Amino acid sequence: MFAYLIKRLIQMVLVLWVVSVIVFLMMSFTGDPVFMVVPIDATDAEIAQARRLLGLDQSLLVQYWKFLTSLLQGDFGRSYVFRQPAMTLILERMPATVEMVLVAMALAIAVAIPLGVYAGANPESRISRFIMAGSLLGISLPGFWVGMVLIYLFAVHWGVFPSSGRGDTAELWGIRISLLTWDGWHHIVLPAVTLSLGTMAIILRMTRAGMMEVGRQDFMKFARAKGATRSDVLYKHGLKNALIPVVTIFGLQLGDLIAFATITETIFSWPGMGKLLIDSIYRADRPVIVVYLMLVAFIFVVINFIVDIVYTMIDPRITLK
Amino acid sequence: MRDDSKTPLLAVRDLHTYFHTFAGTVKAVNGVSFEIGQGEVMGLVGESGGGKSVVGFSILGLIDSPGRIEAGEILLHGQDLVTAGEARLREIRGREISMVFQDPMTSLNPLHSVGRQMDEVLRLHSDLDAGARQKACVEMLESVGISRAAERLKAYPHQFSGGMRQRVVIAIAMLAGPRLIIADEPTTALDVTIQSQILKLMRRQIAETGASMILITHDLAVVSEMADHITVLYCGNVVERGRTRDLIANPAHPYTRGLIDSIPDTTHRQDRLRQIPGSVPDIRNLPRGCNFRDRCPRAQTLCAEQEPALTQQHGSLWAACHFPLAPGETA
Ligand SMILES: Nc1ncnc2c1ncn2[C@@H]1O[C@H](COP(=O)(O)OP(=O)(O)OP(=O)(O)O)[C@@H](O)[C@H]1O
Ligand SMILES: [Mg+2]
Repeated sequence: MFAYLIKRLIQMVLVLWVVSVIVFLMMSFTGDPVFMVVPIDATDAEIAQARRLLGLDQSLLVQYWKFLTSLLQGDFGRSYVFRQPAMTLILERMPATVEMVLVAMALAIAVAIPLGVYAGANPESRISRFIMAGSLLGISLPGFWVGMVLIYLFAVHWGVFPSSGRGDTAELWGIRISLLTWDGWHHIVLPAVTLSLGTMAIILRMTRAGMMEVGRQDFMKFARAKGATRSDVLYKHGLKNALIPVVTIFGLQLGDLIAFATITETIFSWPGMGKLLIDSIYRADRPVIVVYLMLVAFIFVVINFIVDIVYTMIDPRITLK
Repeated sequence: MRDDSKTPLLAVRDLHTYFHTFAGTVKAVNGVSFEIGQGEVMGLVGESGGGKSVVGFSILGLIDSPGRIEAGEILLHGQDLVTAGEARLREIRGREISMVFQDPMTSLNPLHSVGRQMDEVLRLHSDLDAGARQKACVEMLESVGISRAAERLKAYPHQFSGGMRQRVVIAIAMLAGPRLIIADEPTTALDVTIQSQILKLMRRQIAETGASMILITHDLAVVSEMADHITVLYCGNVVERGRTRDLIANPAHPYTRGLIDSIPDTTHRQDRLRQIPGSVPDIRNLPRGCNFRDRCPRAQTLCAEQEPALTQQHGSLWAACHFPLAPGETA
C-alpha cells in the first residue's frame, strides 16, 4: 500500500512535469504577448525593453528553466492584464466552476444511473427505448446549442430562469458559493443542466450496457435460484457489478465536465475559471493560461488517483500494487 | 411435508419449454416426463443441446423470455409449479429445491464475501438471528470440507480455488435443507481429482439429509456411479429411461448404446474412441419421425415416417425406439 502510494506520487509528478513542458512549448510558439502589454504606439526600444522585462529575449531553455523553477517556488507569474498573481485570479474563480461541475455531475448521476439500470433490466420495454433515444440526443447535440435553446426557452420565452451570472453568493470559509443561496440555485440550473447532458447520456449508456452484461452472468441466476427477489438480484447483486466500468470513466467524465465548463461558462456568462481562460486566450494573457492548464492537469491527476482508490473499495479482486 | 409414499417428491409430466427467438422457435424441451422419489438420485444425460439445463431451469421457474413453459406439469409433492405464482416459487427456490451450476468460477458474485452470499439464503428462508445464521454458515462450510470456516466467511470468491468455490456453492445449496438438488454438470469445469472429491461430497450430503438429486451431465461414467435412475434426453425428448444398472448394462435405445460406447475405457487400451457418427440436428426445424434416425445404425423407413413413443422394454427400461436393442445385442 505504502509502496503503491509512493509509486503513484512519482507518476503524478512525472505527468505534471510533462504537462509543464507541453504547456511551455505551446505558449512559446503561439502569439507574442509583448504586444499585449505595450501601448499601440510603442517604439522599438520600448518593445525591446518590455521583452527584456518579461524575460522573452532569452533562449527557450533558459526561459523554461526560469518557468519551472518559479513554478516549483509557487510563483506562477502575474497576469499581464490584471497585474495580479495569476494563481490568485484563477483560485478566485475556481469555486464557481467547481460548484457548477459538481452540480452537473450530481445531476448526471442522479438521472443516468436509475434510468440506465431500468433500461438495462428491461431492454424490451417501450420506456427503455424512449430513454435510449433520449440518451442518443444527449450525446449528439452540441452543448453550446443546447445552452442557447435553453436560454431561449427558459430565460427569454418563459422567463423562469435567469440566463447569465451567478446570482447571490454566500461566503463559507472565505469562499463565495452560490449553492448557499436560493438565488444562486436559481442561476445554476440552466448552466448545470446544459453541462450535464453529454455526461448524463454517456453514464446512462454505460450503466445500461453494464446491467445487460451482468444480467447474463451465472451468479445472477444463482442468486435467483436461492430465492432472492428480482429487484434484490438486480440491485444487490447486479448494480455494483454493472457500475465497475462506470466508475472507470467517472474520472474522465469529470475531466470532460471541467473542459466543457469553459464553453458553458462563456454562454451563460458564468464567472468561473473557464470563462477566465477564454478571456485570457483572447488577451494572450499567458501566465493565466499556463496556470489554468497546470491546475486542470493537477486536478485530473488527483481525480484519477481517487478513482483508482474507489475502484479497490468496490472490487475486492483489485489490490493496490 | 406430506407423508404420502405414493406421491413422488417430484413428477415432471409432458413438459414443453420453448424459446421464441428471431430465428424461429427452439423446442428445447418437447414432452419430457420423469419422476423422482424421496432420497433418489436421477441422472439426466445427453449430448450438448439436448435440453438438460432447460429442464433444470424449468423446474425452478427460471426460464426467462424469450423462453416459456408451453405445456406440462411440474409437481412438487403434488403441487404444480408451472401454475404456482412467483411468490410461491421464491419460497421454493433455495429452500425446497436448490441448484448447483456448472462453473463455480461464475456462480458466485465476485463483489460479495462468501459469508454474505451464504447468509442471504438464511435471511430469505429462516427466522434465525444474525448470530445463529453465522453459526449455521460456519457449520455448513465445515461440513463441505472447508477448514477455518469462520475466517473464510469474510473471504471473497476469488480467494478460493475452483474446487473450493464449488464446495461453497454446494454449501449454499444445502444451507436451507432442500428436498431436491438440481446439480447441472457440477464437476465439468473442475479437474479430474477434484471432480471425484466433489461427487463424493455431494453423495455424502444427500445421504445425510435424505434429499433427492437430479444430476445433469453428459458423462455417463459419472452418472452410473451416482444415480439410481437415468433419463436420457435427445433433442428435448426422453429417448430412454430406467434403473441405472439395467440401462448401463443393456440399453434398449441405440442412442444410449452409442453414449455408453463412447465412454473412454480405462481398463483396456483402445486405439480409437468410438463415438456416435454425425451431429445433433438443428432443433429449430426437426423433421418428422425419429430425431435420431440420421445417426442410427438401425434406422429403417418407418423411423422417417413415425415418431416412436416411449414404450416399456426389458427390465425396468422404457425407450422411444421402433427397433430397440434386445439385452446383450450391440448396435
Ligand atoms: N435463452 C435461450 N434462448 C434460445 N435458445 C436457448 C436458450 N437457452 C437454451 N436454448 C436452447 O435450448 C437447447 C437446449 O439447451 P440446454 O442448455 O438445455 O442444453 P444442455 O443439454 O444443457 O446442453 P449442455 O450439455 O451444453 O449444457 C439448445 O439448443 C439451446 O440452444
Ligand atoms: Mg447445460
